[in-house]
Amino acid sequence: MHIVVCVKQVPDTKIIKINPKTNTLDRRSAPAILNPYDAHAVQEAARIKSRTGGTVTVLSMGPPQAVAVIKKSVEIGADRGYLISDRAFAGADTLATSYALSKALEKIEQESPVDLVICGKHAIDGDTGQVGPGIARRIDIPPITNVIEVSKINSDEKKIVVKRKQLNGYELIESQIPCLLTVEKEINDIGYSPMPNMIKAARYEPVIWSVADLGEVDRAQLGLKGSPTIVGKMFSPPRPEGGKKIEGEPTEQIKELMKLLEEKIDLFCFKA
Amino acid sequence: MEENRGIWVFIEVTDGKVEGVSLELLGAGRKLADKLEVPLAGVLLGHDVRKISAKVIEYGADIVYMADHAVLELYRTEAFMKAVVAMAEKYKPEIFLYGATPNGKDLASAVATDLSTGLTADTTMLDVDPEKRLLEASRPAFGGNIMATILCKKHRPQMATVRPKVMKALEPDASRKGEVIEEEIHLEESEMRTKVLQIVKETTKTANLAEAHVIVAGGKGMGDKNGFMLIHELAKTIGATVGGTRDVVEAGWLPHDQQIGQTGETVTPKIYFAIGISGAIQHVVGMKNSELIIAINKDPDAPIFDVATYGLVGDAFEIVPQLIEKFKELIKEKGGEISYV
Ligand SMILES: Cc1cc2nc3c(=O)[nH]c(=O)nc-3n(C[C@H](O)[C@H](O)[C@H](O)COP(=O)(O)OP(=O)(O)OC[C@H]3O[C@@H](n4cnc5c(N)ncnc54)[C@H](O)[C@@H]3O)c2cc1C
Repeated sequence: MHIVVCVKQVPDTKIIKINPKTNTLDRRSAPAILNPYDAHAVQEAARIKSRTGGTVTVLSMGPPQAVAVIKKSVEIGADRGYLISDRAFAGADTLATSYALSKALEKIEQESPVDLVICGKHAIDGDTGQVGPGIARRIDIPPITNVIEVSKINSDEKKIVVKRKQLNGYELIESQIPCLLTVEKEINDIGYSPMPNMIKAARYEPVIWSVADLGEVDRAQLGLKGSPTIVGKMFSPPRPEGGKKIEGEPTEQIKELMKLLEEKIDLFCFKA
Repeated sequence: MEENRGIWVFIEVTDGKVEGVSLELLGAGRKLADKLEVPLAGVLLGHDVRKISAKVIEYGADIVYMADHAVLELYRTEAFMKAVVAMAEKYKPEIFLYGATPNGKDLASAVATDLSTGLTADTTMLDVDPEKRLLEASRPAFGGNIMATILCKKHRPQMATVRPKVMKALEPDASRKGEVIEEEIHLEESEMRTKVLQIVKETTKTANLAEAHVIVAGGKGMGDKNGFMLIHELAKTIGATVGGTRDVVEAGWLPHDQQIGQTGETVTPKIYFAIGISGAIQHVVGMKNSELIIAINKDPDAPIFDVATYGLVGDAFEIVPQLIEKFKELIKEKGGEISYV
């Protein structure tokens, strides 16, 4: 099995705090990390590899410092990684991103055919979840999003069975391989990385490709130029005016509240 | 691009029922269509879905584009995408909206790639500029108290997925008239590379929160896990479901599926208690459409009071125990039981 995992470097939104009064972002505190969903994707690839054998390749698009997330992926269990990095990619929306990544995937495919592509459910900085299915369409393999379990995988018959999270439960889906999965966090637990991985990661130098390395690429589909969506304006969400403020002694406040609630009593459902 | 006209809404059907978000989008789409003076259409795919088309019209559509095919029985990206792309290429809508559900997001992402057009994710506000015929799809932008309006100027259709429960469905009107256009779609089961083997329903806590009639939500102001018990106690008294802020979940006072807000659940109960919650925008986007919001916070300037119907300024540890007593009295007075089922 050759598994390719697409990963992204993101600012850690968990650490970013918001000042509730000024509603501004406290930027001091945002280190760049491997997108958490992608970490689970790498982990799942490593798990599949431990069952079927093979290679786990990671692929990322980003600035040169994004090599850090490839090294992190090697720590989790990837064998090797490629970073595509070029000014021409800058400002890409999800359509342009899936184009660039699919071109890199085609190049990887030439070296060694790809059986499975895994992406995180979404990146925590954009929250779109659109790049994974986009890549699948571009290289014409079926996408299966929101996967919470890889239940069966048979590389001889080229079949995979996965659980896909749904609104109320899950569905069991069988797919031909190759296909593309996007994974939820509950698919696995990420523990401490084994020591040999850490050592390997520390020494690992990812391959960096520019646009020129990708072979035949339509530059009009890359970066800002290739992005149909643009940010129009940014604004503070309209703040409703608020209703009635009740101040004073607790006993008085509650009296007043209960009186107001009397008028809305049908919102509560009493059973006689 | 000039020939693209009309607003489309993808109608998501589960077990023969239209998902709430699709009805909400028909409501939102109706407004956009009236502003642009174009028809509103529902895109209805499935097997034996003909009877559903009437409902789509009742909720605001002028046209239903329907594909009824055995291969479309259950949602699969490949099959749905092919059908939707074929329809969009034939009828050329200018705006195409989907619910931001697992299937809606999956389908929209695939369709946008094939139509080579822009897609905005998880929109919470929709408007349209009638002169430029531009969809203004706004969503909370990364991090702060900021909304970003995303535009797609040069490609059509302009597409967006929209969060459930932020738009309002119209009252159904059985006398509304509309046209049902059935499309012949060429699909072969043998060409499908995926198969749904089984569907497993699980009623999770999340579903409870999403459907709750009354929610008592607590924030960091409850001090610690022990203090948070007061939230559980009030909830138990009035038969409500418990929710909380992200900070509370991170502190381990509540499991993640009870988090309300941008990165948690969006809820619209009849009554929402926000106790010891500051009212950060990421929390507020998940609860502001509740019918009645009661906030208790000791800081009179807390932003939660901007969205509260009634705001009690004071210490939750003084107010809530008294409130519990009052509710107990009230319930006794009204017959001794409170229930929403
Ligand atoms: C990308 C991103 C996504 C996020 N997603 C979410 C999300 O989905 N949901 C969410 O909730 N948050 C989310 N947040 C976090 C959000 O910005 C706030 O930090 C969080 O909502 C604050 O939680 P809180 O109100 O419990 O705590 P605080 O902001 O600490 O507020 C505590 C409040 O309790 C009051 N208080 C203290 N003691 C008492 C007392 N004795 N009686 C009464 N009142 C008292 C204080 O006056 C204060 O207003 C997100 C943040 C980011 C950056």
